[in-house]
Amino acid sequence: MTSLSLGAPAAIGFGEKIWRINWGLVLVLTLIAGIGSVALYSAAGGHFEPWAAKHAMRYGIALGLMLVVALVHPKVWLSLAWPLYIASLLLLVAVDIAGKIGMGAQRWLVVGPMQIQPSEIAKVAVILVLARYYHGLNREQAGRFLYTLPPLVVILAPVGLVMVQPDLGTAMMVMLGGAALLFVAGVRLWMFLGAAVCAIGCLPIAWSFMHEYQRKRVLTFLDPDRDPLGAGYHITQSKIAIGSGGLFGKGFLHGTQSSLNFLPEKQTDFIFTTFVEEWGMVGACVLLALFALVLIWGFSIALRSQHHFGRLVALGVTAMMFLYVFINTAMVMGLLPVVGVPLPLVSNGGTAMVSVMFACGLMVGVNVYRDAQLPLAR
Amino acid sequence: MIRFRKGDGERSGLFTRRALLLGGTQLTLMSALAGRLYQLQILESQRFSTLAEENRVNVRLLAPARGLIFDRTGQPLAINRNNFRVMLASDRGRGVEVVIERLDQILSLGEADKGRLLRELRRSRNFQPAVVRENLGWEEVSRIEFNAPDLPGVFIDIGQTRDYPDGDLTSHIVGYTGRVSDDDLAGRDDPLLQLPTMRFGKKGVERSLEDDLRGKAGAVQVEVNAVGRIVRELDRTEGQPGDNVLLTIDLDLQRFANDRLQAQQANSEHKSGTVVVMDIVTGDILAMVSEPGFDPNVFARGITQTEWKELLDDPAHPLNNKAIAGVYPPGSTYKVAVALAALESGAIDAGTILSCPGFIELGDIKFHCWWKGGHGGLNVVGGISNSCDCFFYQAAQRTGVDKIGEMAAKLGFGQVSALGLPGESPGNQPSRSWKQDKYNVPWQQGDTFNLGIGQGYMTATPLQLAIMTSRIANGGYNVQPNLLLAKAAPREELAPPSPRLKTSASSLRIDPRHIALVREGMNQVINSPSGTAAQLRLDADNKPIDPAFHFAAKTGTAQVKRITERERAMGITQEQLPWHLRHHALFVCFGPIDNPRYACSVVVEHGMAGGATAGPIGRDVLLETMKRDPSRRVDRFRKTASL
Repeated sequence: MTSLSLGAPAAIGFGEKIWRINWGLVLVLTLIAGIGSVALYSAAGGHFEPWAAKHAMRYGIALGLMLVVALVHPKVWLSLAWPLYIASLLLLVAVDIAGKIGMGAQRWLVVGPMQIQPSEIAKVAVILVLARYYHGLNREQAGRFLYTLPPLVVILAPVGLVMVQPDLGTAMMVMLGGAALLFVAGVRLWMFLGAAVCAIGCLPIAWSFMHEYQRKRVLTFLDPDRDPLGAGYHITQSKIAIGSGGLFGKGFLHGTQSSLNFLPEKQTDFIFTTFVEEWGMVGACVLLALFALVLIWGFSIALRSQHHFGRLVALGVTAMMFLYVFINTAMVMGLLPVVGVPLPLVSNGGTAMVSVMFACGLMVGVNVYRDAQLPLAR
Repeated sequence: MIRFRKGDGERSGLFTRRALLLGGTQLTLMSALAGRLYQLQILESQRFSTLAEENRVNVRLLAPARGLIFDRTGQPLAINRNNFRVMLASDRGRGVEVVIERLDQILSLGEADKGRLLRELRRSRNFQPAVVRENLGWEEVSRIEFNAPDLPGVFIDIGQTRDYPDGDLTSHIVGYTGRVSDDDLAGRDDPLLQLPTMRFGKKGVERSLEDDLRGKAGAVQVEVNAVGRIVRELDRTEGQPGDNVLLTIDLDLQRFANDRLQAQQANSEHKSGTVVVMDIVTGDILAMVSEPGFDPNVFARGITQTEWKELLDDPAHPLNNKAIAGVYPPGSTYKVAVALAALESGAIDAGTILSCPGFIELGDIKFHCWWKGGHGGLNVVGGISNSCDCFFYQAAQRTGVDKIGEMAAKLGFGQVSALGLPGESPGNQPSRSWKQDKYNVPWQQGDTFNLGIGQGYMTATPLQLAIMTSRIANGGYNVQPNLLLAKAAPREELAPPSPRLKTSASSLRIDPRHIALVREGMNQVINSPSGTAAQLRLDADNKPIDPAFHFAAKTGTAQVKRITERERAMGITQEQLPWHLRHHALFVCFGPIDNPRYACSVVVEHGMAGGATAGPIGRDVLLETMKRDPSRRVDRFRKTASL
């Protein structure tokens, strides 16, 4: 920095922006997506079709999107936060209505050749809106109860709409991700305690709103041996696959549980199991370590940001990433009920890949524009 | 007005603290995941590996080929034929309902079969398949194969079904197989019997030699996927086929006897009777016909309800092997046993003359002789050849029921033989204690009279009549009937043993002179002009005949229903009675006279007169048997290539 003038540092050049992109992080993300392709290749019985090739291709596109997003100035996102949020809410309502008409769970809208999952957009939109909101508050305001009410509404509106779909996993992610943001933004601890008490009090109500299959999943989670061939089948088979992998795994393309179809949803929610059966605990730890690296990168970006919006966005994305990884892996290992959360960049599926890479783009963008000056307008 | 950085230092400090706290929490949770991995993949790895193997590897038993059954000349009696069947496998019936519905559309299974399938599959473990339908034609097989993608767990399997080329003819000897029942399982822990495709001998030799014919299970280890479809074979141990057996039956003779029995009853309302031909030296059963027979192939392919009911309701009882399970009053054929008992006990000797005035009175009851006019005075030879009832009333009275019982036991009455076929009846040899136990009434003189002519409480099977005749013909040796000529493991040579000329049976310790007297009586039945079956003489029509074929016999006509005095007075003839009330016709014979080798018994149910109805059959069958004697012919055993 050569400018000694007060306040705003000089706008940075394009080369500097490129230089500031966390290329190490990009490498880690690419490695994760690569592991995804390997696992999908194996899940298809040693074929690039129908998943592995498309996965790699989709990652390429999503990576391009991420780099573009990273180079967009945060002030753009600051101003787009609310429109994006409102749009995602409208789309969620549309999906709910379509689901009512189509009888049963409906989570996406078809627009031309694309399937859009509005809940994925909502995840990112909630992060942006909350970051924007707290960006405009000082510490004292952030700690006040009244100032906490609007963020609560911001979080609970999409949560409610997602629950109706019903998509317990996404609802849980938005709620916990939002809570993490409120926590770092400075909401008083007693409010979290109160919320926790409220949540426990509301459990019976939530129970009554749940679908039969969701209740079954929760009960099965609490006692998987209740019905080992019915609802507990998925968890039991997944645990067998992971456990039988042992330290070094059964070897690439030698997983029996997944190749013989004992694993349900092996290419989506249970891709971690497919991978771990063949690559063992060593492979699992490598994959988890790569995700841990992403999280550490996220924290360091958040901590280095000069503006509060950036901090909150980076941290929100990190929290979202963590929740994805934790919920998915804990679920396939029988630590959480089966809720239908994919493993980011590894599971087959386009929308989640795009939304995760978009979020990562926002995070990297925070690093690129870490010393930008943003208006405090609410 | 745009404000910058108002109190930013303050809130960034808080942010940093809380972010680090959050990061720490996340790290802790990530470590928990690693801990869980350690628990699953290191601590419990062994257990989960086993579970994964159990998921993947499925041991299936292979049913061995059932042993083949041949007659003594090497002609096939029971063989195996390929059978295409549809199988369905699933894990405890998960998700099979849809598949069963689709199968129903293709094969029209019917509700009963669908229910059975569902039950069997719910019970089965480890994708043990159930049989959907057997004996498929090519069209059905191709329809299943065509629809295979929509039928997870369904596969075509080539099994074997029993085939009986001469089904009707040997149905009672060979028997048939059926699905394994709970009774069959008792006392047997062969895992093979748990196979749904397994068949178990139900009747005849299939039953009595079940443990030899079954063979040993093979096993195949296969890798299956989650819907039970076999992905590949990992290991295979072939089973060991069951032993092949040669029976003592001569199929051609069996056919001859069967045809002869049918021809003799051509005019009868029902055709029902038996022929048993036995080698008196070895005990080999050369023919054992029980008419009518049934088609065992119907059982092999699965009998329908109507077919089963039809067989059960037939008044001639086709399912009943009358040669061993039918019990008849032996009538006059039993007189040879009484004569032997009387001679052995010393009650009479060769010179004892007993008179026949046409009837004997005991108290106020008249015991009639079949020859109303009376035979006059007769010795034992004349008593037998004329079949004089009065002679045997008196001989029996002199001998007593106990001594008669002793001799009858030596000759095989009142007991199950060593033949080994299931369902053999011991008949009934009445005794004092038997009557006391059964009716709580002491034995009466009149009972002894009736026993003397083989009537009253006395019953015997056609097999027992053949055994009696054999033991008299072979000079008093305890020969036992036998159906199994040779047995060999699948790849060993199956050949009949060399013929024996001397019996290996023990002696019954009967005076040979007494046996000679009885045999002479039986000789005169045929070969004396006064004999009851003199019309059966081989040279009766003046055709020259090889003296080596001369034979001896005894006729018998057994009352089914007591002839009342009124009927006797009215002179009602047998032809006027309904079929089921007419007398049974019996005939026993042996030959050749000079050097006996074969014995034969014939029973024609409700055939009215032994000499007239059963006699010609016995004569012709015995003659055919003697003509087929191996000493007169080249070795007729064909080494079958199919072995």
